[in-house]
Amino acid sequence: MRKKLDTRIKPSEITPESAFMNRRTLLKAAVAAGLVPSIMSTGRAATLPANGEFTDLKKWPGSLTDKPNSFQDITTYNNFYEFGTGKGDPAANAHTLKTKPWSIQVTGEAGKTGTFTLEDILAPHALEERIYRLRCVEAWSMIIPWVGFPLADLLKRFEPTSQAKFVQFVSLADRNQMPGVRYPVLEWPYREGLTIEEAMHPLTLVTVGVYGKVLPNQNGAPIRIIVPWKYGFKSAKSIVRIHFTDRRPQTSWNMAAPQEYGFYSNVNPNVDHPRWSQATERKLGGGLFASRVPTLMFNGYADQVASLYTGLDLRKNY
Amino acid sequence: MVAVKVAVWAACLAPFALLVLRALGVNGMSLGADPVQEILNVCGKTGLNLLLLTLCITPIRRSTGINRLISFRRLLGLFGFFYVVLHFATYAVLDLGLAWDHVLEDIAKRPYITVGFTALVLLIPLAATSTNRIQRALGRRWVKLHRLVYVIAVLGVVHFWWQVKLDISEPLLYAFLLTVLLGVRVQHAWTLRKRTRSVDAKPAVTTAYQRVKPP
Repeated sequence: MRKKLDTRIKPSEITPESAFMNRRTLLKAAVAAGLVPSIMSTGRAATLPANGEFTDLKKWPGSLTDKPNSFQDITTYNNFYEFGTGKGDPAANAHTLKTKPWSIQVTGEAGKTGTFTLEDILAPHALEERIYRLRCVEAWSMIIPWVGFPLADLLKRFEPTSQAKFVQFVSLADRNQMPGVRYPVLEWPYREGLTIEEAMHPLTLVTVGVYGKVLPNQNGAPIRIIVPWKYGFKSAKSIVRIHFTDRRPQTSWNMAAPQEYGFYSNVNPNVDHPRWSQATERKLGGGLFASRVPTLMFNGYADQVASLYTGLDLRKNY
Repeated sequence: MVAVKVAVWAACLAPFALLVLRALGVNGMSLGADPVQEILNVCGKTGLNLLLLTLCITPIRRSTGINRLISFRRLLGLFGFFYVVLHFATYAVLDLGLAWDHVLEDIAKRPYITVGFTALVLLIPLAATSTNRIQRALGRRWVKLHRLVYVIAVLGVVHFWWQVKLDISEPLLYAFLLTVLLGVRVQHAWTLRKRTRSVDAKPAVTTAYQRVKPP
């Protein structure tokens, strides 16, 4: 019998407990717990800028050199079913999402569990810009300049135990803020998951911005992950819970159609979706007459990630 | 009547005209981030809409007695064919860049494309036999041939349904409408049969009728 994760979001979880607490007390507790290092006091801490524009972002040397898609395309063509299933729905509806205050609940096989404010989560990390390719399972791709830092750096702070074999990410599911949650297209809340090795991989990014700006709501604000060698839906948005577990966690798309969306969902031109080919993709931004381009193994990140899957039959573990 | 005809033509051409304006970026309009997908969606859905509209004509004509409606059926059907051809051309030319090996592989391997392509192929003889002259020449056979539209409409809805990722609410609506439109026909056929049977059941009347000599 699988241990079932209670995924119902209680009202008390949506309005974080921490919001009721005195912030100073909370900070003191966090410092004592080692979650907020002394960098906090030097003022160099990563925060979400009030004016929405990040300054002094490091440029990650591994970025793609392709021309990024326009901010307009990246922020108006989204799959974020919590705001509707149409590509334009998130941009039209996501203004109702309240990203402040925000906190993340950390649970499961880790030394430091509890509820942490977004400020505490971000504080010790240096943000950088990384230009990745996003390959959607629908066979289109965009080049996107994300702003973030390696997920591994965050997860280490929670001190995962040796039992932490997988990490599950749970997105917010509040029907008052997210009109799409009223329709049972997927089982809410949205759940995604990675093996601990995938989560700790240096390419896996905690993402808080795009194009040097704070993440627009429709792109998964205020905090999401980006796993660039997997189909886009693996990169959970608007995360409210991180759960360390010893079992493969439930993931929403896999629950909806297990024969079409596997747990791994690595970009793989040799393993087709049961209904359409994954061998090529429409590289968006090229206009009407740009024809398809070949899809690359692991979305072009094979050199970095292929070793995670040695000995694994990628046809069976799609 | 001319005004109505102009209006129907305009309505049928509007989706195409809008696509052209959006593609040209007129007045700040655009086809969005994935223009090819947008054209595919608009043409496919307009084609299906028009085919379902042709199926509305006969039931409406029967229930309202407005017989002139029949003169729009061919127009709607041909425009439907036009959009379905555009839909396929967008897929073959813009999406796959005329890589015919890919097109053929898709048609053979992907059930939703197989179904959609079959619908397109079946539409060709209907479009080709749509002139008055051929219609007259074929007589009863024309009516039989054009019953293919029922199969085509079913294939069209299935094609739509099978390519949707998860949210089937829209294809479900189409399936419902098509079921109603086909159901109406089944019911009509039943009523006709019952009437003929009740006539058969009274041999005296039939005989009497048959005895009447034509003038």
